[in-house]
Amino acid sequence: MKISIEQVEHVAKLARLHLSEEEKQEMSEKLSQILTYMDKLNELNTEGILPTSHVVEIKNVFREDKVEPSLPEDQALQNAPDRVNGYFRVPRVIE
Amino acid sequence: MELCDYTIHELHEMMKRREITSRQITESVLSRIDQVESRIRAYITVLREEALEQAGTIDQKLQKGEIPLTPLTGIPIAVKDLICTRGVLTTCAAKILHNFIPPYDATVIARLKQQNIVMVGKTNLDQFGMGSSTENSYYGITRNPWDLSRVPGGSSGGSAAAVIAGEAIGALGTDTGGSIRQPSSFCSTTGLKPTYGRVSRYGLIAYASSLDQIGPIAKDVTDCAILLNAIAGYDPKDSTSVNLPTPDYTRALVPDITGLKIGIPEEYFIAGMDGEVEEKIWEAVRVLEKLGASSEKVSLPHTEYAVAAYYIIAPAEASSNLARYDGVKYGYRADKYTDLIDMYMTTRSQGFTPEVKRRIMLGTYSLSSGYYDAYYLKAQKVRTLIKRDFEEAFKKYDVLIAPVSPTPAFKIGEKTEDPLQMYLSDIFTIPINLAGVTALSIPCGFTRDGLPIGLQIIGKHFGEETILKVAYAFEQNTEHHKKKPPL
Repeated sequence: MKISIEQVEHVAKLARLHLSEEEKQEMSEKLSQILTYMDKLNELNTEGILPTSHVVEIKNVFREDKVEPSLPEDQALQNAPDRVNGYFRVPRVIE
Repeated sequence: MELCDYTIHELHEMMKRREITSRQITESVLSRIDQVESRIRAYITVLREEALEQAGTIDQKLQKGEIPLTPLTGIPIAVKDLICTRGVLTTCAAKILHNFIPPYDATVIARLKQQNIVMVGKTNLDQFGMGSSTENSYYGITRNPWDLSRVPGGSSGGSAAAVIAGEAIGALGTDTGGSIRQPSSFCSTTGLKPTYGRVSRYGLIAYASSLDQIGPIAKDVTDCAILLNAIAGYDPKDSTSVNLPTPDYTRALVPDITGLKIGIPEEYFIAGMDGEVEEKIWEAVRVLEKLGASSEKVSLPHTEYAVAAYYIIAPAEASSNLARYDGVKYGYRADKYTDLIDMYMTTRSQGFTPEVKRRIMLGTYSLSSGYYDAYYLKAQKVRTLIKRDFEEAFKKYDVLIAPVSPTPAFKIGEKTEDPLQMYLSDIFTIPINLAGVTALSIPCGFTRDGLPIGLQIIGKHFGEETILKVAYAFEQNTEHHKKKPPL
């Protein structure tokens, strides 16, 4: 499987990553190499096999809807790079 | 031998006899850190003052009878820096979390604190748990205490190196594809990956949520069981933790394995495997046979597809889990950007290492429109086949025995340029995570150059007692676990 520079750019955009020209080149090479290895899975016939997303049998897990104290605002915000009046602050998105 | 070289259970006995205090043990550990840490660099954060203060308080409370002396009371423990610790820097070895101070404790930490442990510090890792060598860290490379030119394994390399060097008495690691067992094998510690769901993941910073488990890294099997006792059990805060009673794992430690049936998966003895590793594994099997076990070869036919399936599933989950690092809620934010989207992109590009970016890209690609069925869904189906291999094998055998890694510790820098080679070094540990079963690594000898070799004992879902029992029987009849690195 060959991953082109254009594909790298598309995926980087989806993943919210800036890549330098050099990084794109390397990403294209390494991902192509890795995904070629992954093609190995096509040797296996998996028709009729159910996918495993969870290894141990668990049905829906419910709990009582009990009111408990939440994380206080100051603690919830303590790690924010930028905060103001009890909010996270981000660059302006609406003109 | 200094106090820091003893095991948890030996120190507990000495404390019970009032021969030593927690403060003395903690001072011994800190003085070992002073002696060796500049060479090994196992820690990201050492909690020197806090640890001494904690130890002093514990001694006072014990003196007054205010707290019970549990098997872990007053014992200095190190914690992988991927686990949230209230009020203590938790970085995941990433620039993007270089200043993150969690406002809460992971459930495993809360449980250790209930037993009044002393937390010595937070150990180094491959960023977010992504790596097999602890070279992929914003905080530098951890070195193998047995040979400083080699890696300690990964991703819990800091925890394993700290324990064998006496920089902690025991430690917590996490294991997504081998990250407890492989460093244990490279450093000669005993490390256990619990069954998926046995230990709460609440407060474990997520890498691949369907594979991650927290587990102990210790100096022997008894210490492993003691730590597992403390952390195992259902937690309402983790809906994937399993609501089953937790046994007292130390009760499984009886050196009697008469009639035990061992399966040896033939796919785990591959071309390219180190000859000395293979030799030691067979020697270990013969030790167990002398103790009354029988062994025969078994086939796990889908083993060769495990690495490919894993490196689709784990990066896919990672790409989703790591979407939360956007420079808004916590951690690093880039200095310069043009707008909100550019702020996200610049922050993330500067905050992750190349390997983490590679896995995010790989995961995003395999989940993206048009590729989901071909990669992700296919890998999930292959995962079912791998899980069935184990279910079939455990119908006939009590445990499976295999190497942990095809080679002993490799040189620093040896595999960093070739990610696929690095991924392939996880070939014997990854299937266990995909199947969700339990496995441990126990020291089973050394190469002629003095590098440790680990034996992997694999059990069925919730079969921790059985693998601990087999490991205990082996340990009681061998001396490998007592050997210390020349520091």
